Amino acid sequence: MSRLLRRSYPLAPQRKLISKARPVSRFKILALLPLAVALSGCNYIVLAPAGDIAAQQRDLVIISTVLMLLIVIPVTALTVVFAWRYRQSNTEARYEPEWDHSTSLELVIWSAPLLIIICLGALTWMGTHLLDPYRNIGRIHADRAVDQSKAPLEVDVVALDWKWLFFYPDYGIATVNELAAPVDRPINFHITASSVMNSFYIPALAGQIYAMPGMETSLHAVINHAGTYKGFSANYSGAGFSGMHFKFLGLDDKGFDAWIASAKSAGGPLGRAEYLQLEKPSENEPVRRYGTVDSDLYRLILNMCVETGKMCQSEMMAIDAKGGSGHEGLNNTLPLAYDKYARRGTVLGPEPTFVAGTCTPDAPQGKTTASITAPLDTAPLTGAGLKRPNFAPLKSSSFFLGLRPKSDS
Amino acid sequence: MSPDLLKLIFGRLSIDSLPLHEPILVGTFVMVALGGAVLLGGVTYFRLWGYLWREWFTSVDHKRIGIMYMILGIVMLLRGFADALMMRAQQALAFGGSEGFLPAHHYDQVFTAHGVIMIFFVAMPLVTGLMNFVVPLQIGARDVSFPFLNNFSFWMTVGGAALVMASLFIGEFARTGWLAYPPLSNIGYSPDVGVDYYIWGLQVAGVGTTLSGINLICTIVKLRCPGMTMMKMPVFTWTALCTNILIVASFPVLTVVLALLTLDRYVGTNFFTNDFGGSPMMYVNLIWIWGHPEVYILVLPAFGIFSEVTSTFSGKRLFGYTSMVYATVVITILSYLVWLHHFFTMGSGASVNSFFGITTMIISIPTGAKMFNWLFTMYRGRIRFELPMLWTIAFMLTFVLGGMTGVLLAVPPADFVLHNSLFLIAHFHNVIIGGVVFGAFAGINYWFPKAFGFKLDPFWGKLSFWFWVTGFYLAFMPLYVLGLMGVTRRLRVFDDPSLQIWFVIAAIGAGLVFLGILSMLMQFAVSFLKREQLRDVTGDPWDARTLEWATSSPPPDYNFAFTPVVHDNDAWWDMKKRGYQRPLMGFKPIHMPSSTGTGVILAGLATAMGFGLIWYIWWLAAVSFIAMLAVGIGHTFNYHRDFDIPADDVIRAEDARTKLLAGAK
Repeated sequence: MSRLLRRSYPLAPQRKLISKARPVSRFKILALLPLAVALSGCNYIVLAPAGDIAAQQRDLVIISTVLMLLIVIPVTALTVVFAWRYRQSNTEARYEPEWDHSTSLELVIWSAPLLIIICLGALTWMGTHLLDPYRNIGRIHADRAVDQSKAPLEVDVVALDWKWLFFYPDYGIATVNELAAPVDRPINFHITASSVMNSFYIPALAGQIYAMPGMETSLHAVINHAGTYKGFSANYSGAGFSGMHFKFLGLDDKGFDAWIASAKSAGGPLGRAEYLQLEKPSENEPVRRYGTVDSDLYRLILNMCVETGKMCQSEMMAIDAKGGSGHEGLNNTLPLAYDKYARRGTVLGPEPTFVAGTCTPDAPQGKTTASITAPLDTAPLTGAGLKRPNFAPLKSSSFFLGLRPKSDS
Repeated sequence: MSPDLLKLIFGRLSIDSLPLHEPILVGTFVMVALGGAVLLGGVTYFRLWGYLWREWFTSVDHKRIGIMYMILGIVMLLRGFADALMMRAQQALAFGGSEGFLPAHHYDQVFTAHGVIMIFFVAMPLVTGLMNFVVPLQIGARDVSFPFLNNFSFWMTVGGAALVMASLFIGEFARTGWLAYPPLSNIGYSPDVGVDYYIWGLQVAGVGTTLSGINLICTIVKLRCPGMTMMKMPVFTWTALCTNILIVASFPVLTVVLALLTLDRYVGTNFFTNDFGGSPMMYVNLIWIWGHPEVYILVLPAFGIFSEVTSTFSGKRLFGYTSMVYATVVITILSYLVWLHHFFTMGSGASVNSFFGITTMIISIPTGAKMFNWLFTMYRGRIRFELPMLWTIAFMLTFVLGGMTGVLLAVPPADFVLHNSLFLIAHFHNVIIGGVVFGAFAGINYWFPKAFGFKLDPFWGKLSFWFWVTGFYLAFMPLYVLGLMGVTRRLRVFDDPSLQIWFVIAAIGAGLVFLGILSMLMQFAVSFLKREQLRDVTGDPWDARTLEWATSSPPPDYNFAFTPVVHDNDAWWDMKKRGYQRPLMGFKPIHMPSSTGTGVILAGLATAMGFGLIWYIWWLAAVSFIAMLAVGIGHTFNYHRDFDIPADDVIRAEDARTKLLAGAK
């Protein structure tokens, strides 16, 4: 779904961004000046990132802070001044115990924050849309647009317990706990997870986005400077969470090609069986590379059907979109259960079962699934005003049907 | 005995559930056992059980219940803070290949317990305690609307706290973070008792919180004295009203979301599982629909305290009363429209994120107006820097910083780089410590003389103040810095040695806060010993403005011999100004509610039921549940619910006060 959306964004509005970028960056330099002095010597990666998206996010951090300081500094100063000036021992100061209202002052104290929030709100609306992680990036950095002739780098990311798996579908390789990308080439991440929630975060590159099982999130970013950066999970995910970090390498084109080649030649295979081994919880995993990769594996992980015998979510959704498979659907419990290493089984819950037969009013003793016929019409049950599909089970619950307008028949 | 029988009796509880292999816990247990033995022994030796049971545990007097809430909050603060010290020490040590001193299994429980305890069993009891004690006095009432319910609510909160404390020595606590996001908190990934302790601890305490919310709303709406229209209510009462409306509207959401998680964990439903159409993100939405109002539940009463304190110690009417009230109401409403800002990074679209980002920013407008109102209350005042006012100034300076970083985090693209980082940790400690905790301390110092008849010792109070404030800045400013270095929360070990210095500074800050807590305990002890020197006989030691200062300190059981009549929103100030004469005769018997032990018993049974459900001891859960129903129904046949304080007793109490007041002059 999100893959489709991603490609359908028009490119025109993004070009405008480039021309607007210059004044922002000048402002940024001015605002950074005092900070730069105070913070030199440490690795303030959020304030000095190496990727354009993170840099724009940093700009927003700084601009919003400056905007708010417009009101925070006066309030702080006034607090100190008033506290000192109107201290009890200062009998010089005016004392007006009954003064408690001033319409003009009230107008100021409500409108000053309001004005700042209006500015900040406008900034937020624009910034949130422009920096939406699902959006294709429009520029490499402040003064360079994306070269549309070059394809972006596609990377599929899976958060495992407790390591990161990266697929490079265009190159047929995969790695664990090491990610590389060529400088100035847009990267499209598709992100999912195997078991619990994690958050995929490379501060030098771009803001984070959650990695969640059975769901896919996206991130579009670009790295502008070669170097080795840190990536990690920014959402606590269990015992091995602290060791769940990886290296992100920004490489030049040649270096990247060499990195791909070394992974291709050095690495072993990664298929469904190897993945099921890899997926088992483990901590502080070393870097691994896979040279031959099952090209369907990421799709299977995302759809929670790597294990043979499981039904993929996409298939289930396709069935559901057609109105479900009726009684036949009851057989689906086992193929859909996602437990792998321990049967989930709750203390009061039923033992895992699957249905061998169903009862109907016509056959109270039940009949075998073999004799249950498939619905005649699998057209979807859609909203009001549409003609109802005409198959048997609906007739029995004719309450609503009976009340329908006559024109329907 | 056969394993089946053992399982029937003890559920999944066994000797292995006791953490005998963890030296830290064994040491703690020995300390707690010794301390507990000394305490219980002392109570027995001085024959205090009867007194405690009759005068405190079974009391339905809102003042006593308020004080018991405060004691609960302070005791739990010690536990929650011990967790904080362990975290700070672990993070300061775990560098350069060192694993620190806490294994993941223990560390992950520590940070979960810290969050849960500090919010539910420290901040909530402190805030509820102050509201319980102050609100009826401020509105000229003799008690809350439902005094028995009040006692029951308190003991349910204690029951929840007891379950969380029990997890320290029997089994383990959740290892999920304080909001227990599934799938991690679901049975597949947390099959142990930890999350069950979390669920049942919060459910039992949640009953208390919800009922106390209903109780205080009724009290404020129905029991105000004649003349006190809504727009003449003291600001603290206004904030209490808004807070309790928030409680009643949001705690049911927490109850339901935890109940759904319980069903997932106990009977195998699939609300929040990965498969079968479960949606973990739905849990995150629901828990934050409770969770965001919760932070306003905590901070609104603190705002009320600061309003009372600023006005009293500036010797001046509160500036902009009306806009203060409207600001409070606006915050109450807006607090329901911002929950999604806790998970901008979970993949919502840009329009959804901007909507919730902007609503969040809008909250800063009424909050900013409040800040200005306090500022202009000080303007042209005569400010006395007593302890409550010191805490208020510290709040004003600290809270603007926390508010600023909060608005910053409300900008979604900024949140993408700061979410879950130590910057976020610094932000919310900045507003919760700077707002709620400082507010509670201002309130404690302000109302202590009303509760006990003597002021708190200013020397130890100031020492505590300075330790807390400097400790806070030392502990949390480094976390802002670390957040900008991209360091995330809940990490147990680090590999970048350049970060260590910041964690060491933060640990030193935590140490200073610890000294601040010790100084505060010392302050209580010293004040008790010097109580004759610190005695206040006037009932109005601060030359204050609201009705609670019109009666004696401590107030008599019935609060006011005659219900006061109010003409101004600074009612007591107005009475003093108009030369109010205390009535000296014409006293009548006063109708009051009777004490009852039912609240203690019901809460005890609820706690036992929770324990049974946590450990799958089904007979215990069933027996406690049936007993709870029986006791509850039985209580409806208790016809000794009220009594009259004889006129003679009232005359005696009021005459004693007359003498005291004469002596004071």
